[in-house]
Order: sequence, then structure tokens, then C-alpha cells
Amino acid sequence: MKEQVNLKIDNLSVSVDEGTTILEAAKKINIRIPTLCHHEDLCVAGNCRVCVVEQAGLDRLQPACANPVSEGMEIFTNSLKVRNSRKQIIELLIAEHRAECTTCYKNGKCELQSLTNEYIVGENGFIPLVPLKGYTVDEFSPSIIKDDSKCIRCQRCVRTCDQIQSISALTVAHKGGEMKVSTFFEKPIYEVVCTNCGQCVNRCPTGALTEKVYINEVWDALYNPEKFVVVQTAPAVRIALGEALDMKPGEIVTGKMVAALRRIGFNAVLDTDFSADLTIIEEGNELLHRLKRALKDKDPDVKIPMTTSCSPGWIKFIEHTFPDMLENLSTAKSPQQMFGALAKTFYAQKMGVDPANMVSVSVMPCTAKKFEANRPEMRASGYQDVDYVVTTRELALMVKQAGIDFGSLPDDDYDSIMGESSGAAVIFGATGGVMEAALRTVYEVVTGREVPFDGLNITPVRGMENVREASIKIEDPVPEWDFLDGVEVKTCVAHGLSNAKKVMEAVKSGKADYHFIEIMACPGGCLGGGGQPLPTSPEIRKKRSEAIYREDSGKKIRKSHENPEIVQIYEEFLHEPLGHKSHELLHTNYVARQRY
Amino acid sequence: MLQTNETIKKLADKFGRKEESLLPILENVYEQKHIISEDDMVDIARELDISAAKVYGTATFYSFLETKKCGKYVIRICKTITCMMHGKNQIIKELEELLKVNLGETTPDGLFTLKETNCLGQCHKGPAMLINDAPFTELTPGKVRDIVNKYRQEEKQVAS
Repeated sequence: MKEQVNLKIDNLSVSVDEGTTILEAAKKINIRIPTLCHHEDLCVAGNCRVCVVEQAGLDRLQPACANPVSEGMEIFTNSLKVRNSRKQIIELLIAEHRAECTTCYKNGKCELQSLTNEYIVGENGFIPLVPLKGYTVDEFSPSIIKDDSKCIRCQRCVRTCDQIQSISALTVAHKGGEMKVSTFFEKPIYEVVCTNCGQCVNRCPTGALTEKVYINEVWDALYNPEKFVVVQTAPAVRIALGEALDMKPGEIVTGKMVAALRRIGFNAVLDTDFSADLTIIEEGNELLHRLKRALKDKDPDVKIPMTTSCSPGWIKFIEHTFPDMLENLSTAKSPQQMFGALAKTFYAQKMGVDPANMVSVSVMPCTAKKFEANRPEMRASGYQDVDYVVTTRELALMVKQAGIDFGSLPDDDYDSIMGESSGAAVIFGATGGVMEAALRTVYEVVTGREVPFDGLNITPVRGMENVREASIKIEDPVPEWDFLDGVEVKTCVAHGLSNAKKVMEAVKSGKADYHFIEIMACPGGCLGGGGQPLPTSPEIRKKRSEAIYREDSGKKIRKSHENPEIVQIYEEFLHEPLGHKSHELLHTNYVARQRY
Repeated sequence: MLQTNETIKKLADKFGRKEESLLPILENVYEQKHIISEDDMVDIARELDISAAKVYGTATFYSFLETKKCGKYVIRICKTITCMMHGKNQIIKELEELLKVNLGETTPDGLFTLKETNCLGQCHKGPAMLINDAPFTELTPGKVRDIVNKYRQEEKQVAS
């Protein structure tokens, strides 16, 4: 047990573990010290100075986020000196920030704005420096917009890109007054190694980094009477959307979301979960196919382990970082793109809609999905398969724009077809979920029995640990898969790209002998995606994760291959997994990109 | 496909491939080429296996590492308050006329680049400037003309 340290904050006694910061100690007794550069997911920076506090006996104010407590310390978080300094610090930050709040996308959600509000920062602060600096706005990426005129140089984004994602597409360049957050040679974001994961967007306290917004394009399509507009909703949207609409983290709002989308005017409200189930069938069969080639046919060309391919941030990361390992990626498209390809083919045929007049919209917890939809490979239907991608945050805004009182909406059901899903699809939204969903199906295909876990809950692959390993021993397989008898299928799950990098390096160097690896680019999986409601923290992600597994266990169907609409689409349209049609519509290829 | 950059490879061999080797490598590249180019930065990133943006961030942080092409001699005039009160603006004006370039520019013959710098620690002897590593203090317009002429003549001798 750690040694306890006793101190006083604002005359209240508190006892905390050695090494705790003043900020954390204050939080423990419900004293909120304002912060900007500090973020629970990141290391201490101590550069914004808004968290300064007064320590008895010291003349200089101390940043609460960067100073550990010591025995007998006396801290004042609200003295006159602290208040005056803090106000001045905020005024200095505002002097370098393009504070045109009314026209900013982050208006009302900006951490700097709420501090100026709290400290009543008036107009008579410091001379605004923004007009003198010649800032640029980078709007070229389909996913992320970087507006330097709103950057307060807190470097949360830089730390995110480095520590969570191990990419460092963003860095701190120059120094002093010229210091700025920059890419390599100040190139546009779309030209550098950025994966579009949007974790920086999730952590930016101002409007300097935001997603590219496609709300108006979607409304235009909805108002156009000639267009048939379909919408799909990703698994992780339904457990987070409520947060952006005045609800608590962890509330499941599937029914209300469907009702809202219908009110907004979509012609068909369908589910990415359907195509998540389809992904499991295709990807699961691909895994078995690869195992067969490797273990039975002893084919030296087959690449094992196979890794998942649902996360577009992960895809772009491996394309940049391990361009020689692209054959390890499953060729199965992500659920969003499978859905897109089928919407303008299978669904359009069924419904008698001309695909030329169809607009396909997807609601995603993700900014990288915007990039994915724009990839040139994603035109299997003959059109752009997914036309517009909006984030969970953008959908929440659309609900507000439409004047819908979200909380009072009655629950509604998805349209059919391509609206039915299993619990296995729901858990795609959490780290470990794709693995669990795949194992539920693959194990049953191979052995004819359910996975040997209580209530189909494969708990070893669940949780928030950085890298998790699990293995399942195949016993008594059906004759077709007899070569797998006694084989221990080794799996690995990683979330966050820095963890993914470690796993892939282990695979590359031959230190790991996995068969199947699941990677999601964002911490916690899609539920912590770059398009999810703000703020994000380990606690909020845990609540979302619990909601996802709750939604799974509440589903009647828990296994992808038992989804009746999946059975139907194979009977009527696709005929067989990995078949001709599947290859045409549901599988893709990848491109090697520059690593540096 | 990729041409190996011998300069960078040799430097990486010499200083090692750890992140802390970045600064000595950058210094040496600049010494040899008077510029740290985009391509060289990518090659450094590749050798050390770090992000190219990090190399760029480090290279731009240090004012004595240049990421844009500079002259053989970089003249840096102290811009801080003491030198300003000692008349550094007249010195800059003189240099601009002498070299026929503005602050921040390089002469067409590639010989001189004119820049300002932060305090050189010669406040008691201002105005002060550096030409590459050599300091010059208590400058006057006349003194500056002599110094520049000396450099020009040396160059001519080397050339002939």
C-alpha cells in the first residue's frame, strides 16, 4: 500500500496516496480546478497554466496538474491571487485564439469558451494577435479540419497522436511566439501519416481540430424528392448518442435513435449491425479458409495470423506502418462498406429503387469512416457505395436542428431488410467484440457446438486491458474441419494503435504465433471513436462498454449466422461466403503507403 | 526503389539509431549542406525509425538548424532590446543595402543569408552579430562594411 499524505486544500483536510497530484487530491474532495492542457488519458504537460493554485509559504503559483502533494501542504484554489492570475492567463490565451465563438462549430462545447464564461473575460483584455499571425486552415482532408487560428497550443493532440496512437503525425514545430502544432513540413493532414482516427479531435479543448461536417449535404439529399435516402447506424452510436442529447453515459438509445432518424426523413432506417453480422460470416470463413491452406495444404503463401479489417484507422495505419504485412489483413470490407455495396445493389433491386437516385448515409462513431467512404476502391456498386458519413456528434446536432425532443421519443424498430442483427454485431462497437463475434460463429461452424463459454460470453477477450490474449482448443470437429482437431486457436485483441504496433512488431519478429488478431484503432474500440460525444475518459468508455454488452445479452439472436436476414441474403443473392458475388461486393484490397 | 542516402546512413552509423542521436545528426547534416531538406528529414526519420514530423519539430525548434536553403555565411543580428537601443536597426539597414537583400533573404550568389536572432549575450558590447560561429560586437555601419568586404575577398581568393 502506498504511503498516505495529509494536506489541506481550501482549509479542508484530505488524505491521499503519495504521488497524487494537487489536482487529483482536490477532485477527491469535490473541488474542481479548471484545466485545459490536462487530460486523463494523457501524460502531464503543465503548459496552459489555468490550473494554478497558491501554496502556503511559496510566492509563485503552482500548476495543480503537474505538482504532487506533500505532507502538511496547504493549498488555496480560489484565493484572490489565483483568481486574478487565472483570469489573466485565460485572457492571454484568448488573445492568441480566434474567438469568433458564434460561428465556430465547437460553440457551446468548447472548453476554453466555458472558462471565459466562468471568469467573465470581457472585451478589454490583451491585444488580439490572431490578425497578425497569418494562420492557415487545413480543410483538404475528408475527415479532419485543422484550424491553427483556434489552437491554444496545449498539445493534447500531439500527446494523443504520440502516446495513444504512436503515430506522431502532429508535432510541435518552431518555438516561442512562432510555436505551432504542425504536421511534417506543415503539409495538409491528408498528405501525411495521419490515420484520420480523430482521437485528437476528441481531445482538442477548442475548435482547432474538428471533424469535417457533412450535415448540410445530408439535409440536401433529404429535401430532394427524387432521392431515396437510406441510413445505416454503427453499433457504437446507439450507446453514446444520448450523451450528446442530455443523457448520461451508458444509456442505450437504439429505439429513440431509429425514431429520430425516421422523423428526420430518411426513407429507410437500416442497421450497420446487419452488415457486421455479414462481416463475421465472410471474415470467419476467410479465417477458416486460411487455416485450411496453412495447416492442411501446407501452402507457404498463405499469411497467418489474419487480422481484422473493420477499423479504417487501423487500415490506414498498417498501410503506412507495416506496408509489407498487408496480406495479413482480412480482405473483408468493413461493415459500413459492405452495407454501402449492398444498399445500391441488393437492397435497391429488392425495393425497386434506381441506385443512381439512392443516397447512402452512414452514422458512425468515427472520423476515419469519412475517409474510408471516399477511398477509390469503395465503388463496388458502380456508384460511391457510401455517400456521406456523419459522426454521432453530427447526428445529435441534426436531431436538435429538427426540433426533436429526443428524450420523449417512443422506441421504434429498424426497417427490413438489412435492419435485423444479432448480439454478435452489437459488440463490434467494443474492443474484443469482433473477436468474440467471430469465435461464436467459427467455433460452431467447425465443431457444430456452441462456444464453451457461459451464456456465449467470451470474457477473456473483453475488458479494457491494452493487449489481451485468449486461446480456444478445437476438439471433435465436424469431418470437413477434421484437420483442426486438437488445434489451439490463438487469438489476440489490441485497441489503440500504439498497442496495435506492439502486437504487429511481435508478429513480424516471430515472437508471437497468433492465428487471429483483432485490432481497433481507438481506445476502447469504436465506443471510444473519434466521432463520439465529448468529453471522453476511461470512466465514460467503461460505461459505454457495459451498455454494449447489456444490449448484446438482451438480444434474442446472439450469433451472426443465426440472423435470419443473413440466411436470406445468402439464399437469394450472395449464394455462398467468399463466393463470386462476395468477392465483387464485400472484399477489397489495400495500398502500401509511405511510412515517413 | 528508394535510393539510400549515404550521408544520413553514415551519420546514423556514427551517432547511433536512438532518438537522442537526432540532434547531432541534424547538426552534422546542416554543417555539410547548409540546409536540412525535406528528403533528408524523411531519411533521418527512416534511419532512426521515428516520425518525420518529430524530426521536423526538432529541426525547426533550434534556430541554428535551417530547413530552408541558406547562404554559405549566415549573418545573425541580435534583435533583443539592448542591441536595439545600441542601434541594431541601422546595422540591419546597412547590411540590407550592402547585400541587396531584405531580412530573411539570401544573396543571389548564395554567399550570405541575413537574419535576426535572439540575445547573443553580448549586451555590454551591442550591437552584436554572428557570422556562422564568429561573433562581432560594438558594430557600426562602417565596421559592418569592412567585415562583409573581408568575407567577400576571402571568397574571391578561394575561388581564384
